[in-house]
Amino acid sequence: MSIDTSKVAASNTTTAATAKKPSKAGAAAAWADDRLGLATAMKKNLRKVFPDHWSFMLGEIALWSFVVLLLSGVFLTLWFTPSMGEVTYQGSYDPLRGVTVSEAYNSALKLSFDVRGGLLMRQMHHWAAMVFIAAMMIHLLRVYFTGAFRKPRELNWVIGCLLLLGTLEGFTGYSLPDDLLSGTGIRAADGFMKSIPLVGSYLSFFLFDGEFPGDAIIPRLFTIHVLLIPGLLLALIAAHMLLLVYHKHTQWPGPGRTEQNVVGFPMLPVYAAKAGGFFFIVFGVTALMGGLLSINPVWKFGPYDPTKVTAGSQPDWYMGWPDGALRIMPGWEFGIFGHTFPFNVFLPIIVLPGLMFTILLMLPFIESWVTGDKRDHHLLERPRNAPTRTAVMVSLMTFYGLMWAAGGNDIIAIKLHASINQITYFMRAAVFIGPAIAFFITRRWCISLQRHDNETLLHGYETGIIMRSPEGGYSERHLPISDARAYTMTARQRDEVPALEAETDANGVPTPGSRSAKVKSKLQTLMYADNVQKPTQEELEEAHHHVEHENELQAGLDHAADGHQFDGHHLVDEEHLRSH
Amino acid sequence: MSDQNSHDDLVPSTFEDEPIANPGLPPHVWRPTDVDPKAEKRAERQVAAMFGLSILCAILFMVSYFAFHVGSDWNTIGGLGASNVALGVFLGGALLFIGIGIIQWARKLMGDQEIVEYRHPARSPDEDREATLAALNAGLEESGIGRRPLVRNTLLGAVGILALPAIVMLRDLGPLPGDKLNHTIWRRGMRVVRDVVGTPIKVSDLELGDLVNALPEALFPTQENGYPEIEGVELQQQKVKAAVILNRMLPEEIVSEQTLNWSVNGIVCYSKICTHVGCPISLNERTTHHLLCPCHQSTFDLTDSGKVIFGPAGHALPQLPLAVDSDGYLIAQSDFTEPVGPSFWERDPS
Repeated sequence: MSIDTSKVAASNTTTAATAKKPSKAGAAAAWADDRLGLATAMKKNLRKVFPDHWSFMLGEIALWSFVVLLLSGVFLTLWFTPSMGEVTYQGSYDPLRGVTVSEAYNSALKLSFDVRGGLLMRQMHHWAAMVFIAAMMIHLLRVYFTGAFRKPRELNWVIGCLLLLGTLEGFTGYSLPDDLLSGTGIRAADGFMKSIPLVGSYLSFFLFDGEFPGDAIIPRLFTIHVLLIPGLLLALIAAHMLLLVYHKHTQWPGPGRTEQNVVGFPMLPVYAAKAGGFFFIVFGVTALMGGLLSINPVWKFGPYDPTKVTAGSQPDWYMGWPDGALRIMPGWEFGIFGHTFPFNVFLPIIVLPGLMFTILLMLPFIESWVTGDKRDHHLLERPRNAPTRTAVMVSLMTFYGLMWAAGGNDIIAIKLHASINQITYFMRAAVFIGPAIAFFITRRWCISLQRHDNETLLHGYETGIIMRSPEGGYSERHLPISDARAYTMTARQRDEVPALEAETDANGVPTPGSRSAKVKSKLQTLMYADNVQKPTQEELEEAHHHVEHENELQAGLDHAADGHQFDGHHLVDEEHLRSH
Repeated sequence: MSDQNSHDDLVPSTFEDEPIANPGLPPHVWRPTDVDPKAEKRAERQVAAMFGLSILCAILFMVSYFAFHVGSDWNTIGGLGASNVALGVFLGGALLFIGIGIIQWARKLMGDQEIVEYRHPARSPDEDREATLAALNAGLEESGIGRRPLVRNTLLGAVGILALPAIVMLRDLGPLPGDKLNHTIWRRGMRVVRDVVGTPIKVSDLELGDLVNALPEALFPTQENGYPEIEGVELQQQKVKAAVILNRMLPEEIVSEQTLNWSVNGIVCYSKICTHVGCPISLNERTTHHLLCPCHQSTFDLTDSGKVIFGPAGHALPQLPLAVDSDGYLIAQSDFTEPVGPSFWERDPS
């Protein structure tokens, strides 16, 4: 009935029409499209453009290490027994043979000593978890420092923050082997829960099925660790990726790169190859770490015994900062109407992490409320061009870092031969003073860098050539930067500090809502007022005119035999370093 | 290469091209592999060599899997185990060489022309918004949810109440605390025995400054002492609460009267469980009789009713009143007079 169009000439050019043989990929795609109708959606997406920058790789590390976690984790579940039933260890590890241990610990030892590749997978799983969380956090910092969280990407920021649930996944994971260290962690977690007013001891009894340690916690944590949280993480990651594709990736400003476009490599083939290749790199590096770097040697810790503990007990690194808060908190425990309120535990371990998380989640909304900026932003900002924003995050990072250091106060005391009491007292003050100092320094530092940018734009870059004037004065010679670089440096918006609206209108009646407007205006001033704005056209022209004049005076010096013409800012086609 | 749709809006720019005009995309620069067939061939060989090395590593991985034994040689190669090192290195190699090969392929041989795509606002066009809003309103209108508050409110109530059965269903996760946290297995006259071995302790067994980890004799039931059999979960739960430490000091070093009354010849007995979050306390300062928790560094003064002298713990370490039985062994005068371990809401704050 229908004509087989593949046999009909596809063109009317002078060359002979040849029947085109459909490619194999094309045939497969046609088969799939007949059933799934994906061609319409894939039409644009197969060649979707992704901009290139090393910092865009950080989120990818997190994504791929999550895949490594899924793969290695499935392998581990094939041998791991999530049970606290008691057995006598009879495996290959001599020092523990004959000891009564839990089935969980027994199977962790079996994985380490009696399953070939089991220790490798255990260590890869643990390393990948550390890398996963570290990569997520650094990715978060990148997104914040470059302003990539701004409209329309606020919701993706929120999803990204929710992914920090991965830390809880890490905790439930390292608690499973039921060794002495992990048991100590669960013991502390029991104490944390009990500190919650009214319901604390009930929560503890429900979670542990009775008094600590009971025999339910390992199987329960196992379900949370392999089903509940990974499911949530998977859903969140899917949403994160979908929004990324929908919004299209942000890009750095530069020649030809504007708010309206995205410049980069197409997904097929270049980006798919680079990202796919990178998966193998992340996986491969994790395998090398698993093979060469020992981690969590549970056989050295021994089985959990509630009456034992090792000195220098510490959680995995990402749990270190609330542990630090716990250590430096003064022992404030209150009695309220015949009840005990363990504020010394409740504040640092229950309230503080939640508070920090909320602050993190709210950052994009706080910023857009203060600035009143409701425009879409797809070009990234250099951290220096948003001094207050940069300073806020550095301040939070300082708080985090000091808390983290406090989590190792015993190690610091031993290594530095210092008094643990004094380190603790110091940290108590430093976690408040440090962030304030960091805020101030960072903000001024950014503004200095902005000034330096303007210097470079107006007067050119520093060549390192010292000129002596006829009067005997010395000055450094500046040469203009390239147009491309100058454009890149000026491709940012001017900060607008709106004038404070009159508190009263013409008739002296207070303007409605003037109080919040005043607060907002004050915050805006704090945020923007000291920022250095990019030069105007007139300023640039005037400066360039001045520079030209100076260059005229210095004419003839362009070919000083000092080699500076090879500094990368000059065409050197005519120069010869050596003759062939 | 662009997908600019004439009917779609572009994202408005937040700044005009000032003070310097956009010079536009820089011209594309050909790579050596684009213009030099030799370089191209070389790159091709490099990529293929990477994939070849990966195959080699995968084979070596399988060889090492069967060649090296686990278990018996766990201590070889820096304590890492020969099997683990070989498997890790060859698996890493097999994966890394694929990754490096693909990326080299992408960088040297795949097209490197940057292409441009146009952005459109995340929001839908106005007409779509209006149509959707109209559909939403029509749907809500037809449901009558706004006009029938009785139906709406009872529905909200019903769905809200559903959360309660969900919570109630979790009730059997565990028993209620009752007063379990307030008591331990210690009883009047129960002997204090060494942990692990369970042998009773005489006053003369302790030197000045000694710290001994101890447990109640009931956790080591025998025919002779007649305590009931205890094992498994029950044993662990009792052990957590009943673990104690014995410390011997000069009686005149003891500061508080209660500590003195509850001591025997300068031997004091305290709960081993930190009152902060429950770590077993184990670091003893021999000269000062201070006890330090290795988890969060709470420090307790054993001469003065276990008072907190440093760190985040909120209250003193409970002391177990000691006495001596007719055979000269250390015994408890009674159970602890307050709950041991971390604080909780129901604990008596006095």
